[in-house]
Amino acid sequence: MTYFDNDVQQLKYEVLSEIAKLAFENSLTTENLLDVASIIVPEGEARMRCCIYKERAIVNERVKLALGGDSKNPNLVEVLKIACDECPVDGIVVTQSCRGCIAHKCANICPKNAITIVNRRAVIEKSKCVECGRCATVCSYNAIVKLIRPCVNACKVNAISIDKDTKKAVIKNDKCISCGSCVYHCPFGAIMDKSYITQAVRMIREADDNKVYKIYAIVAPSLVSQYANIPEITTDKVVTAIKQIGFHSVIEAALGADMVAAMEAEELVEKGFLTSSCCPAFVQFIRRNYPTIAGNISHNLSPMAQLAKVIKQMDPTGKVVFIGPCIAKKAERRNENVKDYVDCVLTFEEMQAMFQAKKIDLETLEETALDNASYFGRIFAHSGGLTTAVGQALKEQNITTEQFTCKPLICNGISECKTALLKASKGVLSENFIEGMICEGGCIGGPACLSHSSKDKNLVDTYGHQAIEKTIANAISIFDESFM
Amino acid sequence: MNIYVCIGSSCHQKSSYSVMKEIKYLIIENGLEEKVNLQSAFCLGHCANGITIKIDDEIVTGVGMGNIREIFKTKVLDICK
Repeated sequence: MTYFDNDVQQLKYEVLSEIAKLAFENSLTTENLLDVASIIVPEGEARMRCCIYKERAIVNERVKLALGGDSKNPNLVEVLKIACDECPVDGIVVTQSCRGCIAHKCANICPKNAITIVNRRAVIEKSKCVECGRCATVCSYNAIVKLIRPCVNACKVNAISIDKDTKKAVIKNDKCISCGSCVYHCPFGAIMDKSYITQAVRMIREADDNKVYKIYAIVAPSLVSQYANIPEITTDKVVTAIKQIGFHSVIEAALGADMVAAMEAEELVEKGFLTSSCCPAFVQFIRRNYPTIAGNISHNLSPMAQLAKVIKQMDPTGKVVFIGPCIAKKAERRNENVKDYVDCVLTFEEMQAMFQAKKIDLETLEETALDNASYFGRIFAHSGGLTTAVGQALKEQNITTEQFTCKPLICNGISECKTALLKASKGVLSENFIEGMICEGGCIGGPACLSHSSKDKNLVDTYGHQAIEKTIANAISIFDESFM
Repeated sequence: MNIYVCIGSSCHQKSSYSVMKEIKYLIIENGLEEKVNLQSAFCLGHCANGITIKIDDEIVTGVGMGNIREIFKTKVLDICK
């Protein structure tokens, strides 16, 4: 059975599972680690590369990432140099399909006059071409193709370049926002996120069955769509599995989202213009590229950090591990105002690897309830959910339209974020609240999701409606009663 | 004295938020704000036994709106007075 959309995720998962297994057995010795490559790539025919020795060399690079990666490179996302297949970088190319037509749409649309017709065929002058791709779009024979590396194409902040000598992908750390788009889109799996799976397992082992301290798992609301293609695996079974690997308690990040929605509504009324702060890649994107509006980023913690803060208030010796679809959350954890609350960040891929390491058969498990948040907190998992929740919070706080009218702009994916932020930075944005989600579709489109299916959004909505708390105020009312 | 009310998923579904509110009300009604500290906890580990609360080190399970007043009287009020 496969849990993933593609075989690259599967391969990464096999390595993470082996490492998690060794970590649970407390046997992460050099000898055992060196054996991982030949366990994953046994003797015989090569499955993916030229030979098994290259395959094993790549597995060793993955093992390094699984153990936390290059300590000298602060970026959470790293290129696996041996795995990078040096994809062609020819840019815009005229293929044999060019019929030498007489319309010359390609030449006429080119803004740089880079196309000339030579011997009844289009020819692109490389020094003039800016690779805008318009010629490829207008050609009636699809004879012009855009050969851009998938990683470069996936990176919308232009953080990936190609080393001239080695032809390998290079990530510019000062531009990268750790969104993980390249990790998901590289067809050779040559870009990977650093993993803290061994730290998490050590935390679990040293807790000694939660007797020394308790470990809390905060799960992102997109958990409900991870096993979309395997209906036998219900969310409540996954909760049981998380407890079986050693967590004391599993709590919905959506409860943190309820708290954030209420606070964000208040802040919005007070400040008059705000961008959301839930998506860490979006926050980093603003700081790097639109510093003039950084002051308008909501000062609230993200739902993860907000809930972790509350848990630490309740249980100061407890440890908090966030499990979600997001690679940028690993970067968020390092922030000064977050690091004291969140002890470790894992992805759903890493969670599944831990299940595998513990040989947990999800389908046959009993169910454990998961019900901490309202519908509104839960729908933060998809684009537009945050805006709905803030609108609801304004209503619940009895803010009249005379007092404040919320004009939200939902930005689904980085391109829409870019347009909105550009307008805002020039002072020409008519809306007063920007919901920014860097991943397409919101968190359900995150790079470390097991499923990227069209069913995911509906699954989140259905799950949202099952929450017993119907309003944000009711969901967070418990915190008015405690800490008296 | 410390009272912890479990607000984990299982207890929450059985209405532990109402129990929490009731205990807060009883604390105020009996003027015990200075003596009793009320807190919530994410799971006291007795999910199968109804709503769970912890009074100092004693775990009390099967708590509900029907018996919370009596539990409060014997385990909190009588001891605090």
